[in-house]
Amino acid sequence: MTTQIIPRSPARLAARRFRRNRMAPAGAVFLAVIVLMALAAPLVSGHDPNAVDLSAFREPPSAAHLLGTDSSGRDVFARLVHAGRVSLLVGLMSALAAVVLGALLGALAGMFGGLLDAAVMRVADVVLSFPSLVVVVVLAGVLGPSTAMLVVVFAACNWPTACRVVRGLTLALREQEYVQAARAFGAGRLTIVFRHVLPAVLSQVAVVGTLLVAQMILLEAVLSFLGLGVQPPQASWGNMLNDAQSLTLIQTMPWLWLPPGLAIALTVLAVNFVGDGLRDAVDPKGARA
Amino acid sequence: MLAFLVRRLLVNAAVFLLISVGVFVLVQSVPGDPVLMMVNPEQLQSGGPEFLAAKRAELGLDAPAFVRYLIWLGDALGGDLGYSFVSRRPVADVLLERVGPTVLLMSTALVIGLLLAVAVGTLAAVRRNTAVDYAATAASLGTISVPSFFLGIAAIYVFALKLGWVPSSGMSTPGDGSGADVLAHLVLPAAILGLSIAGPFTRYVRAGLLAELGADYVRTAEAKGAGPGRVLLRHALRNALIPLITVVMIYVPQLLAGAVALEQVFAWPGMGQLAVSSIGQLDHPVVIGFAMFIAVLVLICNLAADLLYAVADPRISLS
Repeated sequence: MTTQIIPRSPARLAARRFRRNRMAPAGAVFLAVIVLMALAAPLVSGHDPNAVDLSAFREPPSAAHLLGTDSSGRDVFARLVHAGRVSLLVGLMSALAAVVLGALLGALAGMFGGLLDAAVMRVADVVLSFPSLVVVVVLAGVLGPSTAMLVVVFAACNWPTACRVVRGLTLALREQEYVQAARAFGAGRLTIVFRHVLPAVLSQVAVVGTLLVAQMILLEAVLSFLGLGVQPPQASWGNMLNDAQSLTLIQTMPWLWLPPGLAIALTVLAVNFVGDGLRDAVDPKGARA
Repeated sequence: MLAFLVRRLLVNAAVFLLISVGVFVLVQSVPGDPVLMMVNPEQLQSGGPEFLAAKRAELGLDAPAFVRYLIWLGDALGGDLGYSFVSRRPVADVLLERVGPTVLLMSTALVIGLLLAVAVGTLAAVRRNTAVDYAATAASLGTISVPSFFLGIAAIYVFALKLGWVPSSGMSTPGDGSGADVLAHLVLPAAILGLSIAGPFTRYVRAGLLAELGADYVRTAEAKGAGPGRVLLRHALRNALIPLITVVMIYVPQLLAGAVALEQVFAWPGMGQLAVSSIGQLDHPVVIGFAMFIAVLVLICNLAADLLYAVADPRISLS
């Protein structure tokens, strides 16, 4: 009888659980393809995404234009892959900023407690209850829309999720022997936050961050669709659908709205699969009740 | 109980003041000088800077920002949100006539979303860890992953344009404002908005029901000979739905955000559509009025969530 040797480090165990999940690896592979296409956009697109050609206006898909052309005669496929760069970048940057801000505030609130804790958590409650879409709608209305503003508002409105998770974990970590030992050796609370707490909560923060990327991509899409996000001629998946507010266009030119819509839906679904898989992998107790 | 309520009320009042300061700062940052915009150019030439200063004082614009904030807040609380740049009508009037359609859309969507969530969530909990359960989980992940405005466009394509079952946009056919006509216009946007919230609700129902089904009183009911259907519907589900009340309240602002995009897709004459079109027309007072409206709505919902949470489950300690 042979005994199978199982890798025992927490990271290896988590990786095993991640692979066992059926949807998560599929999502990861799909995402890898999307990211590669976005990175290599100029190589795969074959056309300039912003080259206006009024002689080839709203043409259906053909060999020359794989997904047809839009209302300005621009190649839809070229715009789609270039738009992926913008949409993914906005999603990643805002989720990253939100998570960094949230984790930092959460760790500080949990470590210092008292007034700081109360203040941070109250503000978190308020921010969380205010839909970031409305904030962008209002700010874009008064100050004018821009991509940078999207990232700033998304981060400013979405840090509380990470903050709550990290605060909870910090409260538990604070009582751990190794943290107590560090304190006994004279480590300040800030040192503990940066040396012990933040590295320890990294995996859970990664889960929150991944799921947040999905939400941010969706938000960017809806705002750009409304004309309040990424501004043309810069293409994003959301603003490519902006044209699809006319019924004749919806009815007769599905190549204009179907590809960007599917790109958003599939990418967000893939990110959510990966996020769910990561959560189950990192926290097996929290997996299906 | 009373102390809890008072504290929540105070916290919410503080939040409202904080938001109002933010909105006031926004009002101040609107480009353009209101005095220059309203005075007669000829007077400006003859009067010079002294005239401008006098006009400014007359309007109270020379007061310190804090005083101007208090005046503005007083006006806003009294329902005076200024006048629309475009229609020249009071912002409050412009907003109010859009509230009805949005509330109709949101409440129908909420009912659809809740019915779906309770049905699917219950099924998933009862058939736990079977194909039904996994399919329900996948479906709820799907509904939160597909942008609702894209779903709306696709639904218009299929149900309105290809099949011709329902009208594609607007709230009623011109010349026909009957209930059946409005209902036909309402079905698609409400169903899609409902679908977009059914996903998270389903997860709450499933988790809540699973927790209740494991409780002692369920075993007691079974021991007394109550059939599985009766145990589920009369005992477990009723308790499982209590926390959902709070969740619903917290989701109302999200629902409104979702309505903004869908109103645009379906040309539904609600507040979201008004806000988006006002942005295009640089009608800042309307946009800011919209923001204040949402702020109040969010606060009411938060307060209602706190209250209902306490009322629905007397075991909750409120100290």
